[in-house]
Amino acid sequence: MADLAFAPTPQKRPDLSEPQHAYLRMVRQKRLYGAVLLVLFLLLLASGFRVAENRNAGDFLSGLPMLGAFPSEVLSEGWANRANVPGLALHFVPSLIETLNIATVSTLLGGLCAALLALMSTRGLAPFPRLIPVFRRTMDALRALPDVVIALVLIYVLGGGPIPAVLAISIHTSGALGKLFSEVSENADLKPVEGLASTGARWGQRIWLGVLPQVAPNWASYLLMRFEMNVRASAILGFVGQGGLGADLKVAMQWGQGKYDKVVAIFLILFVTIVVIDRGSDWLRTRLTKGAQHG
Amino acid sequence: MVDASLTMAVSSSFQRRKWVAIAIPAIIFAYLLYAAASFDVLGVAGRARMDNAQNLLSDFWSYKVSVIRDNRNGKVIAAIDADARYSFAPDWVKTQGDVTQIDLGDGNLVTYDAQGARYVVPGYGTISITAPNGKLVLDAPQPLPDWISASDTRVGVTTSAGRFIYTKSKVETQRFFAGWELFFFTFDSPFYGKSFAQLAALAFWDARLDPAQPNWEAMSHDVLTNSLWHHGDVLWAIFETLLMAFLGTFCAALIALPLSFLAASNMMPWRLPRFAMRRVFDFIRGLDALIWTLILVRAFGPGPMTGALAILMTDTGLFGKIFSEALENIDEKQVEGIRSTGANAVQRARFGVLPQVLPILMSQVLYNFESNTRSATVIGAIVGGGIGLLLTQAIQTQKDWEDVAYYLILIVLMVIVIDWLSGIIRRRLIKG
Repeated sequence: MADLAFAPTPQKRPDLSEPQHAYLRMVRQKRLYGAVLLVLFLLLLASGFRVAENRNAGDFLSGLPMLGAFPSEVLSEGWANRANVPGLALHFVPSLIETLNIATVSTLLGGLCAALLALMSTRGLAPFPRLIPVFRRTMDALRALPDVVIALVLIYVLGGGPIPAVLAISIHTSGALGKLFSEVSENADLKPVEGLASTGARWGQRIWLGVLPQVAPNWASYLLMRFEMNVRASAILGFVGQGGLGADLKVAMQWGQGKYDKVVAIFLILFVTIVVIDRGSDWLRTRLTKGAQHG
Repeated sequence: MVDASLTMAVSSSFQRRKWVAIAIPAIIFAYLLYAAASFDVLGVAGRARMDNAQNLLSDFWSYKVSVIRDNRNGKVIAAIDADARYSFAPDWVKTQGDVTQIDLGDGNLVTYDAQGARYVVPGYGTISITAPNGKLVLDAPQPLPDWISASDTRVGVTTSAGRFIYTKSKVETQRFFAGWELFFFTFDSPFYGKSFAQLAALAFWDARLDPAQPNWEAMSHDVLTNSLWHHGDVLWAIFETLLMAFLGTFCAALIALPLSFLAASNMMPWRLPRFAMRRVFDFIRGLDALIWTLILVRAFGPGPMTGALAILMTDTGLFGKIFSEALENIDEKQVEGIRSTGANAVQRARFGVLPQVLPILMSQVLYNFESNTRSATVIGAIVGGGIGLLLTQAIQTQKDWEDVAYYLILIVLMVIVIDWLSGIIRRRLIKG
């Protein structure tokens, strides 16, 4: 005989008489909550949009038909003077090179700082484990500052030119990449490091021979991604501050009508450069992370 | 012999790796040298304005009190930030008749009198300035050190105790104190000069200072309308920046979601629309945020809505790409199961696809929201909205660096808070 004293009391048993009923009720409730949340969210978006529209110089509906006006004005003038565009594009190549140089140098410098910061804040690799939180917070603060803001402050101290832009983008890059780098190095296998340590390798040797070969593909992939972003950032920095293609664009825009062929030329080479760099780094990144086809 | 060829192969591979390990840093180093030359690093180092840097840094942690005499009518005021609205009578300034004595501490003594002004610098001597017939005459121990700048129209002295500037129209002595004075209440507020405990007592249980409204209300009103720091406007600007990022990111996600179905190879069987949609996304992403911003400003005028739309445009392209990639990686079995019940395309998408991808998509959207709070600051500077506008204005006037410091701190705090919040939400989304 089974001992019924330990059986569940009949009242506490789940009601199995109508399983669909309970399930459907739960589903309906969940959907109701979901719908209410969605409606609330949409209302929030709509009211936020109203607030932003009220603070704007022009409103949305009257601006909408105008949206095409400026591009078509620029493009039609560019088309009328299309013979000039290739020559002008060539004329702006030095500025483009400056913009690309700013992006490259700041990616390299920022990447170097990021690598150091990442190693300093990785458990198991850091030479000063006590200081790990300090380095992490440093990276957070570096990441939080937008590059344009740093650049504007630096322009005040250093004067115009590409150096403030390089420093500003490097500072932001070292924070942003440092975080990504440290996530990769956290997952590195520590056995090679231990092996090297047992042979008496110094910290630099352990990192160079034990860690870098493991993390290099992922780090390089992040570095390329950052390079894409930094090209865009250096164009914007030029527009707000000084130097490179962005500054030329600002000048051309200020001339307004009659100089739109310049604007078209700058837009064109900026667009082509960004697309080429995006594509190239996409291709390189897949190769780096998934390995080349021949292994 | 297998071993010999293996040894050869291994050692040659090592040889190659060694060369690569030397060559890559060498190439990078050579490139940096070229860049340094083309950027004219040495020239910039020569042109750097270290005095500007000093101004900037001192404004981060201190405020200045100026004692100004108008040389045309002889009126003397002592005011915070050289603004007559914030004048007061400090105990280190003594006026008797037309003689004013300013004690800058550590034996630095400045005297304004009818003939001109004198500054006694300990360890150097007395700098005396008179203006007999409109021209400034400087009398100081020779040779002049480099912290004194003198011309016929202006004499400036900078010491560790303060700054002294004599021009034809006025003479000004600046003394610096730690902290940001008047940060919460200005002189005209009844709450000025009260300690934190006193303020707390006033807010919670003491009698009303103004019978018309409770103390905490009067206090917050006085803080928000602070005429020196403009806290109300600054908070509104921060809100505007967040609003731009919020509207731009989430509207872009709502627009990109249906479009990404058209660009995913497993959702869209026909090649042509798929190809077209992908090129549209590429085009939107390729035209940089900068270009979109410029086009949109022309149509909608400056303001936060334009900023939000600029973020919306770039992020639609980005989300379209990310979302369609996520859609291509789903598990087809669940869609098949839904299909077997006779569901149509919309039902399959709603019950078979969305539950799989939604957490990933939401996490991506939040991550972008985070980075867009930063971009919104920058875009705000171009379209003229939010904290970005205030910041660029403050920087361009090159005067109120304490405002710049304040805005910088607020921006960093804003980004860190959003980082932290979205981190929490993302972790919950991924864990379910």
